[in-house]
Amino acid sequence: MADVAIPQQKRDPHWKHELGKRLAPALQVGLPAIALVVMLAVIFWIRPAAMSYFGFTLLFKLAVPLMFASLAQMLVIMLGDIDLSIGSFVGFVTCVTALYLDTAPALAIAIYIGSVVVYAGVGLIIHIRQLPSIIVTLGMSFIWLGVAIIILPAPGGSAPAWLTGFMGWRPPLVPLPVLLAILAALVGHLIISRSSYGAILRGAGGNTRAIQRAGWSITGIRAAVYAAAGLLGLVAGITLTGLTTSGDPNVAPAYTLLGVGAVILGGGSFTGGVVSPVGTVIGALTLALAGSLLSFLQVPPTWQIGAQGGILFLVLAGRILLSEKKS
Amino acid sequence: MIRLSLKPWTYGFIVALIMWIATIAYSGFASAVPTLSSALAFAAFSVVVGTGQMMVIASGPGNIDLSMPSVLTLAAYMSMSVMSGSNDMILAGLLVALLVGALAGAANFLAITMLRLPPIIATLAWSFVFQSLAFNLGGEATLKPPAGLSTFTLWSVGGFRIMPVAVILLTVVVAIILARSVWGRRLLAVGQSERAARLAGVPVMRVRLIAYVFCGVAAALTGFLLAGFSGGAALNMGDTYLLEAIAVVVLGGTSVAGGQANAIGIWGAALFFNLMATMLNTFQMQAGVRFVLTGALIILIVALVPKPKAA
Repeated sequence: MADVAIPQQKRDPHWKHELGKRLAPALQVGLPAIALVVMLAVIFWIRPAAMSYFGFTLLFKLAVPLMFASLAQMLVIMLGDIDLSIGSFVGFVTCVTALYLDTAPALAIAIYIGSVVVYAGVGLIIHIRQLPSIIVTLGMSFIWLGVAIIILPAPGGSAPAWLTGFMGWRPPLVPLPVLLAILAALVGHLIISRSSYGAILRGAGGNTRAIQRAGWSITGIRAAVYAAAGLLGLVAGITLTGLTTSGDPNVAPAYTLLGVGAVILGGGSFTGGVVSPVGTVIGALTLALAGSLLSFLQVPPTWQIGAQGGILFLVLAGRILLSEKKS
Repeated sequence: MIRLSLKPWTYGFIVALIMWIATIAYSGFASAVPTLSSALAFAAFSVVVGTGQMMVIASGPGNIDLSMPSVLTLAAYMSMSVMSGSNDMILAGLLVALLVGALAGAANFLAITMLRLPPIIATLAWSFVFQSLAFNLGGEATLKPPAGLSTFTLWSVGGFRIMPVAVILLTVVVAIILARSVWGRRLLAVGQSERAARLAGVPVMRVRLIAYVFCGVAAALTGFLLAGFSGGAALNMGDTYLLEAIAVVVLGGTSVAGGQANAIGIWGAALFFNLMATMLNTFQMQAGVRFVLTGALIILIVALVPKPKAA
C-alpha cells in the first residue's frame, strides 16, 4: 500500500516521522499486546474471579492450538506465500490422533512423518513449478479434508489418556496455556528473529535473490520451511485433540484465516520476510480472547462474529495509524 | 511435456468435456443433455461470483475479496425480507440486493485504503460483520423467495435454461469491457504496475474502487438469484463460494499476480467443478474421495498448464 504512504508522509512533521521510525518495531508487537492487556482488564473488571490460575487456564485453553497453527502460517507468510490448507490439515491431524495414536502409535507416527513430508513436497512443487501458493494450498485443503473424511466419516475416536492428561496438566505457578505461549514465543523469537539462520529464512522471503547469490538453496529453504510449518500444524492438531478428546475433519477450518489474522496483527506482512513470532503468538492470544471478552460483555451471540470483525479492525487500525511506514 | 499451443484457460473446458463424456459413458446417452443443462445452471452462479473475484484479483497483487460469501448471504436475506414473497416487489428486491453489494464493495475498499490493511484481512474482518448482520436479520429461518423470481431462475426454453444464457452474455460483456473499454485497460494497467499506471495518469484509486464495488455487486446478484433458485435465503448458502470463487478464477487463466484477466476461462473452470461433482456422484464416490480428487485436480491443472513468460 505504498500509494497511501507517500502523501501521508509529506503531511507529517519531521519529528513525528523520526519518532515513528524508531518506535515502529516495538509498536508492531506492542499494540496487539496492549489490546490483549485491555481485554484482560475488562474481563477481570467484570469477573474478578477470572484473575486466577484457573481463570487464565480457562481463558487461554483454546488459544493453544490456534497459536501453533498461526506460527505455521507465519512461517509460510515469511516466504511471501500463504497457506490456505492449515485449517483442514489441523482437522486431519485430530482425526489421525484420535483414531490411531492410542491404539496404533507406530501407524500414527508414520502418518505424522508422512504428512510432514507431504508439506515439504508442497513447498517443493510451489518452488520448482513457480506456482501460486494460494491455489496449491487451496487444492491441498480439499485433499486433507477428503482424507480426513475417508478415515473418519463422522467426528469420533478418542485421544490417548496421556495427551488429555498433558493438556489438563497444572504446572506450578504458571498456567499451562501461558507457559506454552511463552515457550513458543521464546523459541520462535530465538530462531526466527535472533539467529543467523533466521535472518537467512526471512531473507529468503524478503530478498530471494540476495540469499541465492549468497550461496543458499532457495529450493531447500522452501522445502524445510514448509516441513516446519507442517510440524507446527501437527502440534496444533495434537494439542487440539488433547482439548476436544476426539477427532473431527471439520473442527478447525477457521484456523486458516484466523492464523493469517494473528500473523498480520503481530506485525507480519504479506510481502515476505517481515514476521514476528512473539507478535504472532500475542496476535493468536488476542483473537482467541476476543471471543471470551464478547461473551463476558454479554454481547448477543448473533453479534459476536461481527464484533470480532470490529476488534480486528480496531487493533489493526491502531497499529497502522501509530507506526509510520519506513519508506 | 509435449509443446501444445493451447491457451491456459482452455484446460478447464477440456477437462470439463472429458468429465461430461465420462458421465455419459457411465449413465447412458439420455443423460447427456440433462447433465449439461444442470451443470450450466449451477456453473452460472460460480461464474458470476468468479467474475467479481476476477476483477479484484486482476487489480493488483494481494487484492482478493474474502467477504463474497457473506455479502452473498446478506444480500439474499435483505432482498428476501424486502420482497417478503410478493411478485410486485421483485424489482425493489433486486435493487436492494445490488445496493447492499455496492456498499459492501465500497466498505471493503475503504478499509483497505483508509486503514492501509492488506485486502485479505480487511475483507475478512468485513465478512465477519456482514455475517453477523445476516444472522441478525434472518436468524435460523429460511426466507422464501417470491414465485416470480423462482420461475425466472428455473425458466427454460427447449430444455435449456435462460439464466445460464444471461450469464454467458454477462461474460461476453465483461470480456469486451476488459479488452476494449478505458476502464478495463486501466484496471489491467493498475494490476500490472500501480506505479507505472499512476505516472501515466490513471486514477488508480477510482479504478480499484470500481473493481471492489463490481465484486460486491456480483456477490449480491448471485445471492439474489441463488435464493430464488434454491427456494430461499439460508445462512450457509455462500460458504462453498469462498474457495470456489478463487479456484475458478485461477484455473480460468487469471494470474494471481494481477494485471491479467480472463473472463471466458471462468466458465471452463466452473463447468469443470460442477461436472466433476456430477461425475463423482454418478460414480457413487463417497464425499471424502470427492474432496481428494477435487484437490488433486486443482493442483494438477495448475501444475501442468504452461505458464506465460512473466511469472
